[in-house]
Amino acid sequence: MKPAIIAAALLCLLGVAASAAIPPERHVAIKATRFFYSPARIVLKTGQPVVLELTALDRLHGFDIPELHIRADILPGQVTEVRLTPAKAGTYEFHCDNFCGSGHETMAAKIVVED
Amino acid sequence: MGPTISRRDFARLSAFGGAVFASGLWRGAEAATPAEEFYFVQLSDLHWGFEGPPNPEAKTTLRRAIAAVNAMASPPDFVVFTGDLTHTTDDDAERRRRMAEVKAIIADLNVKDVKFLAGEHDASLDWGAAFKEYFGATHYTFDHKGVHFIALDNVSDPGGKIGQEQLDWLAADLARQPKAKPVVVLTHRPLFDLYPQWDWATRDGAAAIEILLTHPKVTVFYGHIHQENHFMTGPIAHHSAKSLIFALPAPGSTPKRTPVAWDPAEPFRGLGYRSIEADPKTAAYELTEVGIKA
Repeated sequence: MKPAIIAAALLCLLGVAASAAIPPERHVAIKATRFFYSPARIVLKTGQPVVLELTALDRLHGFDIPELHIRADILPGQVTEVRLTPAKAGTYEFHCDNFCGSGHETMAAKIVVED
Repeated sequence: MGPTISRRDFARLSAFGGAVFASGLWRGAEAATPAEEFYFVQLSDLHWGFEGPPNPEAKTTLRRAIAAVNAMASPPDFVVFTGDLTHTTDDDAERRRRMAEVKAIIADLNVKDVKFLAGEHDASLDWGAAFKEYFGATHYTFDHKGVHFIALDNVSDPGGKIGQEQLDWLAADLARQPKAKPVVVLTHRPLFDLYPQWDWATRDGAAAIEILLTHPKVTVFYGHIHQENHFMTGPIAHHSAKSLIFALPAPGSTPKRTPVAWDPAEPFRGLGYRSIEADPKTAAYELTEVGIKA
């Protein structure tokens, strides 16, 4: 995992209540293809560690959540893991930030974090 | 087209209440090189090849702008296109066809010099290969009447990055410039994080700004966001230009980055270009926004 992703994940971890026992990681597979992510809506729980397993089906894509300062390149032919632990309920949009063609501007999805 | 009009006759519209926006906060000693005032024109985001309801006049808008520039009583010293000359296509042959077409249309400009920058629609699918064939280098410098211009490429990398090699080139070039000499940076994406949620940023733009801050007289003109925007990062003013295809909403003002709908009652609303009058002695720039006439 790239240092930036580790750092971003750690930033998220800082928000988790220290007193809570950390539950096991949940794995969520996300597929990226021009010009959408599947699933397009991911529901997570606050305090629940998650590993997002990102796969590009056709070409280089990106995964960027500006609000959480988390981003990663999604290269074809490999799984890119992004670890995070949501600290705050809310809706966080992510989008492709590697230009991928005529529908690039619409390639976005969301993570919904619930308490 | 309308009658011949002088540059000063243009309707002067800007984001700040209809006044001309004057940029140039550092007014130090006169430049060592004798310099005279001049003006140039910025056109941006033509998206040649785009078809759709946001602009039913897509095939005439650029031509209208070119005709208006040609109608100016005194021609600008040069015209700069700050990217997205073409609308993206996955078809390499079609991309080149669009570039050939738009280049032929732009050839109708009656100006001595035309400068080109790439946008992500032109260059991000092939690392600028087709753009270079038709329009030349994607980053370069030139000097004009006492002003040093730097064209920065933040689009050939599909990740919207300038890249370390170009950043090193920028730093070396800037270090050679006298501190009294005004510097103008031309680029496509905003160098600062205007609204990253809509990809309105340059991934390593902060590194570029850090370099630019080593010089006291830097101003940035860019495109990409299809609207006027004026922003300061320290002493550096950043000015985005309107588009010649469709307007986009203000940053974060709508859930989606959907083009502003075409208004038949007010065609070409939100589209336009700008003239920039430069005073090299004071590093001041007077911006005049010009709409497209129906």
